[in-house]
Amino acid sequence: MEPLDFVSRVILAVIAPWRVLFDGRYAASVKGIDEPPKALPEPTKPKEPEIKPTEEERDLTPALQLLAILQREGRLIDFLQEDLAGASDGDIGAAARVVHDGCKKGIADYLDLAQIRAEEEGDKVELEAGFDAARIKVTGNVVGDPPFKGTLAHHGWVVDKIRLPDLAEGHDPSIVAPAEVEL
Amino acid sequence: MTEQDTPIAVGIDLGTTNCALAFATGASDTPQPLQVPQVIAAGEVTPRALLPSFLYFPSDAEFGAGALALPWYPGARDVVGTFARAQGAATPARLVSSAKSWLSYGGVDRRGEILPWDAPDEVPKVSPLQASARYLAHLRAAWDEEHPDHPLDEQDVVLTVPASFDAVARELTTEAATLAGFDEAPRLLEEPQAAMYDWLAQRGNAWRQEVAVGDVILVVDVGGGTTDLSLIAVREVEGELQLERIAVGDHILLGGDNMDLALAHTVRARLEDAGKSIDDWQMRALTHACRAGKEALLSDESEDSYPLAIAGRGSKLIGSTVRTELTAEDVQRVLLDGFFPVVESSARPQVPRRVGLTAIGLPYASDAAMTRHLAAFLGRTADTSDDARTFAHPTAILFNGGVTRSPRVRERICEVLGAWTRAEGGETPRVLEGTDAELAVCRGAAYYAQSRRHGGLRIRGGTAQAHYIGIERAELAVPGIPPRVDAVCVAPFGMEEGTEVELDQVFGLVLGEPVSFQFFGSAGREDDTVGAVVKPSDVTELSPLETTLEGTDGEVVHVKLHARVTEVGTLELSAVEDGSSRRWKLSFNVRVE
Repeated sequence: MEPLDFVSRVILAVIAPWRVLFDGRYAASVKGIDEPPKALPEPTKPKEPEIKPTEEERDLTPALQLLAILQREGRLIDFLQEDLAGASDGDIGAAARVVHDGCKKGIADYLDLAQIRAEEEGDKVELEAGFDAARIKVTGNVVGDPPFKGTLAHHGWVVDKIRLPDLAEGHDPSIVAPAEVEL
Repeated sequence: MTEQDTPIAVGIDLGTTNCALAFATGASDTPQPLQVPQVIAAGEVTPRALLPSFLYFPSDAEFGAGALALPWYPGARDVVGTFARAQGAATPARLVSSAKSWLSYGGVDRRGEILPWDAPDEVPKVSPLQASARYLAHLRAAWDEEHPDHPLDEQDVVLTVPASFDAVARELTTEAATLAGFDEAPRLLEEPQAAMYDWLAQRGNAWRQEVAVGDVILVVDVGGGTTDLSLIAVREVEGELQLERIAVGDHILLGGDNMDLALAHTVRARLEDAGKSIDDWQMRALTHACRAGKEALLSDESEDSYPLAIAGRGSKLIGSTVRTELTAEDVQRVLLDGFFPVVESSARPQVPRRVGLTAIGLPYASDAAMTRHLAAFLGRTADTSDDARTFAHPTAILFNGGVTRSPRVRERICEVLGAWTRAEGGETPRVLEGTDAELAVCRGAAYYAQSRRHGGLRIRGGTAQAHYIGIERAELAVPGIPPRVDAVCVAPFGMEEGTEVELDQVFGLVLGEPVSFQFFGSAGREDDTVGAVVKPSDVTELSPLETTLEGTDGEVVHVKLHARVTEVGTLELSAVEDGSSRRWKLSFNVRVE
């Protein structure tokens, strides 16, 4: 439907109310003008909306479990929740050793971490056509098609295997560190 | 027989601080460790190759229902393994530890419910026997969970014991296995021999090139809490190389844990001198950190120090973390010079081995110097046919146990031993490389089970101790003075499995009444034959032997004592009627009045 020009619209605006009043057929044709015009194609209904799980519905147990392990082994949450302003680098460094030693052990116990690229960072690398863009992110002068030649900026990390402990029934994983009371 | 029907070869290392199980299915498979599911934190179960030998009894209020659940035991109220060790470190009164050392200690009632030692009354108690059975039962359940079609007690199971375990401790170990649900008692194997088997398995046929006839291999097995020494000779029998275990050391309650603790105390003293104090909770963290530091400094000589950072217990890490270091000098002084001092071959442990039982508790070695214990061991196993030698000269060393992974500890032991042997015209012993310090014993035990079935090299050795019974001397009785007792050898050193010996002496015993004999053992007297008479003070008294001779009351029978080494490797003594086949088994009475 072509839109009307402005002059025609003015004329129509003036006569239409009168015709509605005195011409029953016309009035019938205009009825429903404030409703969406039926002539317009029905907007494509969104297909069965994918029910995106809300945060509550997703099972976050493994995430909490990993957090609990990093806290238990390496006091990670204690460390991150502290205010570093005013602390000396020496004190921070001492605490960081605790966190580093423990978290490293925690990760080694439950995750098999591997480098995505075996080359040294800074080495020249060549990416063949069809390289996995999820595993390798290209940046900088990205023009044309692969093969690409570039320099390895970060070797990447991938978790080959994760084997978290089995949890007992009724175990509340949101308690990442229970309060401790010495009797 | 199909592959399915052939029992799987299983080796179990029932250690003082860690247990492990390895298995090999086929005839030529390399033994693999079983990953043992265990509670590692409240409500969390994960498989690990090592099962720490700790049992923790929580208070009823300590954990919610199911926090200690295991796949095969959802209602568990106590816990074995990693979490038991961690929790027990913070609450020691509820922790059973070193059950194995208690099992071999005659000063307490080993069937009595005495552990945790010194625990308050409300804590449940178990006997050293039951605690050992719990660890075995955990391994058995873990196995059965993973191999439902091949239950563990239907497999070829070999259980290791320290070479220094006497007949009573060995018997109790098989009893623990029975208690853990093994219908058939597992065969026993000495740990140093198991380590040797693992080395042989690693080497394959090449071992024949690495050792030669005349070699004497010293196995130095330093575990977490105990040290075990054995000598294995390489001989030639009918053109074939053969290994024979020729001597074993005393039970020394001294191991890697003592070293970590010694280092932690050194560091703590230094911190306190500097005005910083650390509490008991931090002391445990410090001990752990010292272990890591010890391993780092012992393996890399170029490092001068290892940083230690010990967090406070609260959520504030920054500011409460104590920063110090373990220096190479600490390790040198405390560890190498303290535990492995350079001494003469004539040196001996400084405090007498046995003192009166003034305070009951485990008889920890009072001299921490391993090298002096080593000198004493080699000194008493001197080859008597060679006058020029005052001690047995090992030509090779096989190390086992965590501490001995360190090159510096190895070097020190070789250096000390080399100086001794060179002084008497011998060679510096060489080191046999290639075993895994943590899993060698269980893997070697599985290899042994495998080679028994499929034919393979065996280390000969027989019993590791000579055993004696006490016989009162026939003399005029003197009122108030107990009759003197002779120790008469009833089972010599080196008896092979399945053999039986008889003591000539005849005893007249009354039927229907309990009889009791004093019983002695000695690891150091390889030359005594059956009937040899020694002074009781030269041997170590073990638990009394008892039996009640059933039959017509009041009848007197003439019996001879028989000693038999069973197929599983335990010693069985019985009274056999002279000229008939009536037999009464004598059992150990490990209850202490």
